[in-house]
Amino acid sequence: MEREYMTTRDIVGPLMLVEDVSGVTYGELVELEFPDGTSSLGNVLEVNEDIALVQAFQGTRGSNPADTKVRFLGKGMTLGVSRDMLGRVFDGLGRPRDGGPEILPEARLSIHGSPINPTARDFPDDFIQTGISSIDGLNPLVRGQKLPIFSGSGLPHNQLAAQIARQAAVAGEESGAFAVVFAAMGVTFEDADFFMSELRQTAAIERAVLFLNLADDPAVERIATPRMALTAAEYLAFECDMHVLVIYTDMTYYCEALREVSAARKEVPGRRGFPGYLYTDLATLYERAGRIKGKSGSITQIPILTMPEDDKTHPIPDLTGYITEGQIILDRNLHRRGVYPPVAVLPSLSRLKQKGIGPGKTREDHADLSNQLFGAYARGIQAKELAVILGEAALSEADTAFAAFADAFENRFIRQGEHDDRAIGRTLEIGWQLATLLPRGELKRIKDEYIEQYLPAMEAAAVEGAMNAS
Amino acid sequence: MSDLEQGRIVKVAGPLVVAEGLVRSKMYDLVRVGDEGLMGEIIEMRGTRASIQVYEETEGLGPGDPIVSTGAPLSVELGPGMMGAVYDGVQRPLDVLEAQSGAFLARGVTAPGLDREKQWAFHATAKPGEHLEGGDVIGIVQENEVIAQRILVPPKTAGRLEHLESGTYTVTDTVGRLVAEDGTTHDLKLMHAWPVRVARPYRRKISLAEPLVTGTRVIDTFFPLLKGGVACIPGPFGAGKTVTQHQIAKWSNAEVVIFIGCGERGNEMTDVLMEFPELTDPYSGEPLLRRTVLVANTSNMPVAAREASVYTGITMAEYFRDMGYNVVLQADSTSRWAEAMREISGRLEEMPGEEGFPAYLGTKLAAFYERAGKVVTLGRALDTAEGPAEESAERTGSVSVVGSVSPPGGDLSEPVVQNTLRVVKVFWALEDRLAYERHFPAINWLVSYSLYLDKIAPYWREAVGEEFRSRRDQCMELLQRESELAEIARLVGVEALSPEEQVVMETAKSIREDFLQQNAFRDDDQFTSLAKQDRLLKLILLFHETALAAFGCGASLKNMFAVPVRERITRAKYLAEDQMGEFGEIEDEIEQQLMALCRMEGE
Repeated sequence: MEREYMTTRDIVGPLMLVEDVSGVTYGELVELEFPDGTSSLGNVLEVNEDIALVQAFQGTRGSNPADTKVRFLGKGMTLGVSRDMLGRVFDGLGRPRDGGPEILPEARLSIHGSPINPTARDFPDDFIQTGISSIDGLNPLVRGQKLPIFSGSGLPHNQLAAQIARQAAVAGEESGAFAVVFAAMGVTFEDADFFMSELRQTAAIERAVLFLNLADDPAVERIATPRMALTAAEYLAFECDMHVLVIYTDMTYYCEALREVSAARKEVPGRRGFPGYLYTDLATLYERAGRIKGKSGSITQIPILTMPEDDKTHPIPDLTGYITEGQIILDRNLHRRGVYPPVAVLPSLSRLKQKGIGPGKTREDHADLSNQLFGAYARGIQAKELAVILGEAALSEADTAFAAFADAFENRFIRQGEHDDRAIGRTLEIGWQLATLLPRGELKRIKDEYIEQYLPAMEAAAVEGAMNAS
Repeated sequence: MSDLEQGRIVKVAGPLVVAEGLVRSKMYDLVRVGDEGLMGEIIEMRGTRASIQVYEETEGLGPGDPIVSTGAPLSVELGPGMMGAVYDGVQRPLDVLEAQSGAFLARGVTAPGLDREKQWAFHATAKPGEHLEGGDVIGIVQENEVIAQRILVPPKTAGRLEHLESGTYTVTDTVGRLVAEDGTTHDLKLMHAWPVRVARPYRRKISLAEPLVTGTRVIDTFFPLLKGGVACIPGPFGAGKTVTQHQIAKWSNAEVVIFIGCGERGNEMTDVLMEFPELTDPYSGEPLLRRTVLVANTSNMPVAAREASVYTGITMAEYFRDMGYNVVLQADSTSRWAEAMREISGRLEEMPGEEGFPAYLGTKLAAFYERAGKVVTLGRALDTAEGPAEESAERTGSVSVVGSVSPPGGDLSEPVVQNTLRVVKVFWALEDRLAYERHFPAINWLVSYSLYLDKIAPYWREAVGEEFRSRRDQCMELLQRESELAEIARLVGVEALSPEEQVVMETAKSIREDFLQQNAFRDDDQFTSLAKQDRLLKLILLFHETALAAFGCGASLKNMFAVPVRERITRAKYLAEDQMGEFGEIEDEIEQQLMALCRMEGE
């Protein structure tokens, strides 16, 4: 039931107030036709008797109150979904951007989705091999998890996310049932192009759906973009039984678009001017991840956000951290020292790791070894700090060993090539090699039987390696 | 249904809907919104207009859509069938909804909180002819192996019991009838409804005296919670909040556990839902879920239902309290609840207080926590195994509340934490720093507090031992001194401390490692009785004092810290409750070994 009006009263930023309307519903989709010939999509943010508040996704440039046509479409915002979306590129509102034909939808789904019933959820416990030691070894990702990358401007988060997308895509015997959904919100063409070419190189693009809202696209459109992507992901995961990895970047721009609309509505701001409902709003995105009992597909999310001033307590990373199941934090100092990927191992965390590792999933010694490496690295960093203050001579013998371990750990375990795809066995092997650098008595977190089983072989290998080197 | 008042929508803004024409409705009445009949609640009335918060997504609603008032406030159904259930924030059973609408929560689906079909065996205990009042027990339904539901006369109802019969009934069947003095009758059923925002009445509150024993040493000894008390846990990421909550749910000596997942992660709730059925209640040997009610409103479920969920939970807790049970309610997290209030308040365009929170945030938080407590319930005392209760006897029950807070950026100065700390008496400061160091439970002993220490002192004297309190205080002092000395030691090294100070450092370390640290996943460590906690403290302090004495007569610190008995002290926490005799042996060994050093080296 479409109705058209030319009764716009006010235009403020991305918002338009339209009078004398009838039958308008909350959330309804709107087409706007401006006097300069341009047009925009929008939706209804609020309706009060015969007055509707409309948010224009493509902005209000070129509009005026007298001549703007406002068409209410009688339905909410939907996305036409189909398997044919794989391999295609769409704009931020789900329209083809690659010059290809329109999708013939098998279904039209509301982009807001519905919450998953907590009793229907299945607990995520399938290990995903990303091929990156600092993630697989210490903070493993599992299917159905949402694990953001907290980064800062100038750090290689895009490379890391692309590497995960490439390597997670090809691993595992079910790779045919794997798909990547990528959403760009406000990133530059170069960033988006980087992802596309990375995916193209490995032909992973055939199994990818891309939604691009670039830096010069309308800001308000960004509010819809991740919802488009997640709607496509839900269809692929729970109707087509695929394991879907959703990567979306950059959440900071998304939140700023929310703030822009909120400010235009003169809402009471919360912290740093962001709206008070930021937590709820973010939750409606991040919570669209998981597994469902009786369905073989899953949605795993890797949102990327650049922390303003690298500040973890800024509302965006802070609220994100409360909703997601951990975070991978990138570290500027490691990056400066040329370590790629610069994953700050100590503050990074995967809350679901215990469920995804161990016998039958990775290996029985994984948990102990990862605990030991984590603890030893933490102690090594402390020792190095101490050495800065007191001089290296002041360190005890054990502390010297730990400091050396920390360096080796950064260089051999964390550091790896952008195209170095390490199987979990290889990651653990490097871990054991590093363990030989520590006094045997300090390996307190590993069960003796695992030390017996794995360490001696490594010691021999290490000795051999040292001999070969000399 | 013609008596139900009907109005129409004039405004929709997110979860807030304004309606015209609901003039006879009252504040907090439940309404059905739109053609789908979405649940909503009136939260503001101006002239002929009512503002309604809707518990479901409002997309597609518009002016002119119908609204029907139910004429009654948002209520929960109280009766047999609640144990083990998983409800959303407004008591819709989530498993029933799943059967109705699939894995995703569709709009407008609804189901009663209690199963209407299920038959319950009701054993009548009241006698026809008796005069009964609200709160009196009319009979018992053994809901499962663990919990017997005492069926109560609803509050504010009284009369002569005309008839009552044991038998098999559904919750809506009439099991008996009360005739009031004015001749009106009241049918008695196994269930009754109660509005969630109204605290259930009781005779009077009483002073708290008994501890809520959790078996977690740092809590029971250092920062105890009482039955009927209120505690707050801040939960920074990764500090082990969930494990601590599970420990309390599992081991606390409360008969009923209510767990509210309020605005938290979906997968975390799934963890609870999948884990609780596998946890065994250590007291009955049955699955823990048999004495647990779960209220789950994850962060992406409608925000208004999140606001209601804590009230839903506490009303259920009060109902079990009224039966004479001790109930522990865990709300995770109250910060998300406060944020839901902030969101609704913003939509109402109310003038905000601090950080956009409504000005009444403090009042609401305080009023919620005040619904905890130990009370003398309505109704006569319960009959004991020996026979009927005496006329003067009273029935008591308690609700203890453990609320977690999620301060943004870990900043404890923000309004929700500050307003919470004003009303709670116990603060368990979970810290991620301790968790990184693998000190579990990661409760910081210097920042946490319990204001119940004086109230609990008589109980401790009576039930644990004369010296328990003083031992606890002494340990606390040692820990405090350790933190001061550690500063110095960090700068100039431990060797620069005086010998006496080094003994303090060593003892404090022993308190931390041999007492405070506790492994929730080790069968022989997850629960420690109060008596054993006392013996452990005694052991650690005995070593401290004996070491000081031995040093006085010439023993060297190095040798003292290396005596073999220390290994036994470390392992003492793993001794079974029936091996308490060994503590005496270890105590003797401490004296022998240290004094032997004294004799050897002192010469």
